[in-house]
Amino acid sequence: MDNFFQFLIAGITTGSIYALIALGFSVVHNSTGIVNILQCEFITYGGMLTVTFYIFSKFPLPVAIILSIIAVSILSGLFEKFVIRNSKSKDIIILIFITIGASIFFKGIALALWGSDPFALPSFSGDRVIKIFGASIIPQNLWIIGITIFTFIILYLFFKKTLIGKAMRAVAINKKAASIVGIDINKMVFYSFVLSGFLGSLAGIIIAPITTTSYDIGFMIGLKGFAAAILGGYGSMGGSIIGGFLLGIFESVGAGLISSDYKDVIAFVILIIVLFVRPTGILGQKYVEKV
Amino acid sequence: MLRKFKYQILLLIILIIILGVSLSSNYFLLILNVIGLNTLIVIGINLLVGYAGQISLGHAAFYGIGAYSSAILTTIYNVNPWLAIIFAAVITAIVAFLIGKPSLKLKGHYLVMATLGFNIIITIILVQWENFTGGPSGIPGIPYLDIGDFSFDSDKKIFFLIWFFVILALILAYNLVNSRVGRALKSLHSSEIAAESLGIDVSMYKVKIFVLSSILASVAGSLYAHYVTFISPKSFDIIFSIEIVIMSIFGGMSTIFGALIGSASLTILGELLTFVEDYSTIVLGLILVLTLMFLPEGIVGFFNRIKNKNSL
Repeated sequence: MDNFFQFLIAGITTGSIYALIALGFSVVHNSTGIVNILQCEFITYGGMLTVTFYIFSKFPLPVAIILSIIAVSILSGLFEKFVIRNSKSKDIIILIFITIGASIFFKGIALALWGSDPFALPSFSGDRVIKIFGASIIPQNLWIIGITIFTFIILYLFFKKTLIGKAMRAVAINKKAASIVGIDINKMVFYSFVLSGFLGSLAGIIIAPITTTSYDIGFMIGLKGFAAAILGGYGSMGGSIIGGFLLGIFESVGAGLISSDYKDVIAFVILIIVLFVRPTGILGQKYVEKV
Repeated sequence: MLRKFKYQILLLIILIIILGVSLSSNYFLLILNVIGLNTLIVIGINLLVGYAGQISLGHAAFYGIGAYSSAILTTIYNVNPWLAIIFAAVITAIVAFLIGKPSLKLKGHYLVMATLGFNIIITIILVQWENFTGGPSGIPGIPYLDIGDFSFDSDKKIFFLIWFFVILALILAYNLVNSRVGRALKSLHSSEIAAESLGIDVSMYKVKIFVLSSILASVAGSLYAHYVTFISPKSFDIIFSIEIVIMSIFGGMSTIFGALIGSASLTILGELLTFVEDYSTIVLGLILVLTLMFLPEGIVGFFNRIKNKNSL
């Protein structure tokens, strides 16, 4: 039982990361209908830029983190503005492969910039182990869970209370109707990319003290975040959060109880099962068109 | 149309014979062989895209299942290599059917996502299931293919075999595209509802074409295994699936000869880029993005469009 609690904490920690990434996927999906694979690189760049600002430029950690998040969010917005928007074909599948190409491109840049060695960020407040119910928890676990929940609250307020947030929701529900009432669709799509850059880089930064970070870290974590989004219901905000936590817990408990050799398989087996059995995911209400 | 295709095939055969007879550098033969194997897989992808409107990010996995099935059957169970190729194709077809059947029922990009997840699972299994797959270090000592006393044991000998299969696949694809089934598939791409109303079982056709394309990848994988006689999981990961799709896109996704042009140009480019090892992915990514942004119909499609404009 002690063990189980330990796995649960670990699961909620990685689940937080998956949830943030899943939200990033969902936000962009809602505004454009595409799967933005570049989301994976936001995770890498969040972590690696923070390393650069903190270790190489000697900025204080909080400053390094904020600068990195801003940089990645801008990068994501520019990608939408100059690449996605200028694509000749608006075919969803073409756009998805553009994001795959961009992801390969940025991974290559990351390799050229930082090499293939992993880097570690320091924990946000030391590494003194805390014992709760027989489980050992390091403070970074609490930081990750805390920051994630805080982000959820901010996002909730953003989408419910602010004009931009409401406009973005309107675009997600019905683009045509939204443009008729005077919402600038292009702008909202741009914001959704900025927001996904923010979420991805944040996830990449807060996990870096635990997993270390390197030029290729984003790919696997990002795709698992995608699996989490599918599990929860692609495009659903609540679903992304639930899917993220559930996937984190499944993975951690599954690896603990069965075998850690196949830990990375779990997320993708879940992805395939959900696609086959219930493609709308747990919370997805949207009607999935059958042939 | 048929006439034009016959000439093109004939031209290709002559070119292959000239290259095969005149080339003595194993390095160039190796590259041509890799182009041939890639073309086999890309033909499958093009059939899938052009005639079912779907993309797969799992064909490296089918290529891998083909290669590993052949390797395991011949090295552990001493099965005849030719029989192993057939068994491997059957195994791959069954797996492809199980993946394709549920995901092709749904509209949209579900197949891309399901095959992407599937490819990652297969790679992890190849790495982890050491007793059977040899783990990260792979399987050595795979036998060459042979006919009687003649063994396909050199780059030159296997060159003719691989390109024989490519020609076969091109003819098969051409006939499929222009058959009744092919016309049905084409109509699918333009309007599924219209196709359905004509009594075409849309989802079944899609599954069939998906299985067929997986068999092409499997045969390519088996040939690869018996050619290089050593395989490891690295050759079959999701990156290779992406590269295959890049070849398909670059050549023009819904043309048959586009497969040849796409895999030839990208394979040669990849070879040139080995000089800048670390930067190769940057160039690859850039090509994919720019091609898709400005020439979504690929190189062949682009030239066809120019030609049509001029002839009008």
